[in-house]
Amino acid sequence: MIRLSANPSIDTVIKLVAVAVAMFAFVFVVMVPLYNVLCDALGINGKTSGEAYTAVQARVDESRTVTVQFVATNNEGMPWEFGPSVTAMKVHPGAVNDTVFHARNPLPQAMVAQAVPSVSPARAAEYFHKTECFCFNHQPLDGDSAAEMPLQFIVDQDLPRDIRTITLSYTIFDVTDMAGGPVAVR
Amino acid sequence: MGDHHHGPAKGISRWLFTTNHKDIGTMYLWFSFAMFILGGFFAMVIRAELFQPGMQLVEPAFFNQMTTLHGLVMVFGAIMPSFVGLANWMIPMMIGAPDMALPRMNNWSFWILPPTFLLLASTLFMEGGAPAFGWTFYAPLSTTYAPPSVTFFIFSVHVLGLSSIMGSINIIATVMNMRAPGMTYMKMPLFVWTWLITAFLLVAVMPVLAGAVTMMLMDIHFGTSFFSAAGGGDPVLFQHVFWFFGHPEVYIIILPAFGVVSQIIPAFSRKPLFGYDSMVYATASIAFLSFIVWAHHMYTVGMPVAGELFFMYATMLIAVPTGVKVFNWISTMWRGAMTFETPMLFSLGFLVLFTIGGFTGLMLSIAPSDFQYHDSYFVVAHFHYVMVAGAVFSMTAAVYYWLPKWCGRMYNETMGKTHFWISFVGFNLTFFPQHFVGLAGMPRRIPDYALQFADFNMMSSIGAFIYGASQILFLYNVIATIVAGKPTSEEKVWDGAEGLEWTVPTPAPYHTFETPPKIDPAHAHS
Repeated sequence: MIRLSANPSIDTVIKLVAVAVAMFAFVFVVMVPLYNVLCDALGINGKTSGEAYTAVQARVDESRTVTVQFVATNNEGMPWEFGPSVTAMKVHPGAVNDTVFHARNPLPQAMVAQAVPSVSPARAAEYFHKTECFCFNHQPLDGDSAAEMPLQFIVDQDLPRDIRTITLSYTIFDVTDMAGGPVAVR
Repeated sequence: MGDHHHGPAKGISRWLFTTNHKDIGTMYLWFSFAMFILGGFFAMVIRAELFQPGMQLVEPAFFNQMTTLHGLVMVFGAIMPSFVGLANWMIPMMIGAPDMALPRMNNWSFWILPPTFLLLASTLFMEGGAPAFGWTFYAPLSTTYAPPSVTFFIFSVHVLGLSSIMGSINIIATVMNMRAPGMTYMKMPLFVWTWLITAFLLVAVMPVLAGAVTMMLMDIHFGTSFFSAAGGGDPVLFQHVFWFFGHPEVYIIILPAFGVVSQIIPAFSRKPLFGYDSMVYATASIAFLSFIVWAHHMYTVGMPVAGELFFMYATMLIAVPTGVKVFNWISTMWRGAMTFETPMLFSLGFLVLFTIGGFTGLMLSIAPSDFQYHDSYFVVAHFHYVMVAGAVFSMTAAVYYWLPKWCGRMYNETMGKTHFWISFVGFNLTFFPQHFVGLAGMPRRIPDYALQFADFNMMSSIGAFIYGASQILFLYNVIATIVAGKPTSEEKVWDGAEGLEWTVPTPAPYHTFETPPKIDPAHAHS
């Protein structure tokens, strides 16, 4: 055992303070990143990838169809009108699909919004690829104006066969106050 | 430490500037009792509101503040400081040390506590009211939807965490460096062992709690998004961080209690503790397991099945070392020459009721069943059986056991036994019916309930008032003992008691073991 002080009590104190400081750091440098990595790796919590998926050349599986439902929710206090153009689509795994969501800012002032996606069942999250999504970026809107927000997605051919319906839910948040700095988008 | 033979200073400065482990222990004990009364008062408000269904006395928002402050004050203000106080008083006397290793830090770690709890209690009078998000302060209730006073709450958690860490570092430094010659680790009394392990748990997890509230602070004031989905964070992360602290925390509360009953049961059974070595190893195993079971508090949050199973089996595994302890205590009493003075009654009450709480804990550990029990009164009943009948009963036993040594006067045995029986009946009347209403679906932390729960809730409230009132009797008994108890100067107040603390004069002089005691190599630990 390394002695850090001639006084054995002070030696113990130095070592224990180091442990306490290390545990404090552990929360920030291990627990938080590890949580995010695990959620990504295991596809839990319905978290989908935060980055655009690069499509791999693959056969379209026409033997089955999967229903993809779209749900849009406003976070508390978010005044925008926000919703999908169609509430459900029937798609083949492997096929590239496009749809749009509508958003309108009814207030007179400009605002910035961020949509956060979630996939249910959570098991389907890792098989749901977005090649283009408005959720990757902030959506600014001037006062009293509207926008169409595109979404392009592929349901993976490897989707387990017992999953026949996937629900993609977006919650839109007002991030006007935070829009100055970079925001980790998921 | 120039002059070894001075007595205590006079007046208030004795208490403000003291570095004496006995003075600091006394202050910790009185402070924690004051917090016990304050937290108990909050509990009385809760039980008065729940006496009948419907909204009776307080607004729901105030009810939420009461449940929150009751939990915070009892856990951080009453139970934890009371055991730190006991450690201050007893550990140096049990290992033959003249004082704690770091007496000045000891003073500081006590004196930052009272202002902290004053600050926490003052949030009741702030605009928006006190914290109302439960003692577990889950985000986003404690961030996005918190009252403005949350910042004061965060600061008080930081400071009390600092106090706990300093206290534990002091205990570890004392136990590792200040033992009398011949007092090997495996000869230490079990109370010292359980506190040593508890102190390591505290050093490991109080910084995690500090990290959790720091992240809250940053989310609220500095624009980060650790727990906010809008910025890419996740509220579920909060629960993982909190319970990574929170589960070891419950063993921080109960392990010193294990230590206390491991001193008292042998004394009144007039037999050495059965299975000393296995007690030490069981304590260490519980401490280790406490780090890998935290998610059993959050089975319903959404976890992979493999996660649910892992946390379920790991949790059930804790029943093994805990069972070892319970069987060891029972075996200690087996064929002992038992007598039933007040400390023994409280220890036996602990043993019976803690075991019931352990069994309900085992029920809660079963993930599929927990989906039904989660956030119900069954959980409330469970953790009060282990926190109150576990930690508080054993703390009460400790006060009765060592009070004659501390002040050189005997308490009133009849009053002590009356206190026990009123406490025992009141406690069970309060919390046993809560198992039933919980299983029938009554949710916790709600100021109103469905009509079919009315009778059991009325019983609970009456029991709570009885239990609360019995603590006044306790306070009276302690004060009466200190002021006018029957003087005793016997070194060994209890004829079956073992250990170095019973070799010093009664009442314990201001300074003890200024020259280390001789430890008989053959002498059994106790």
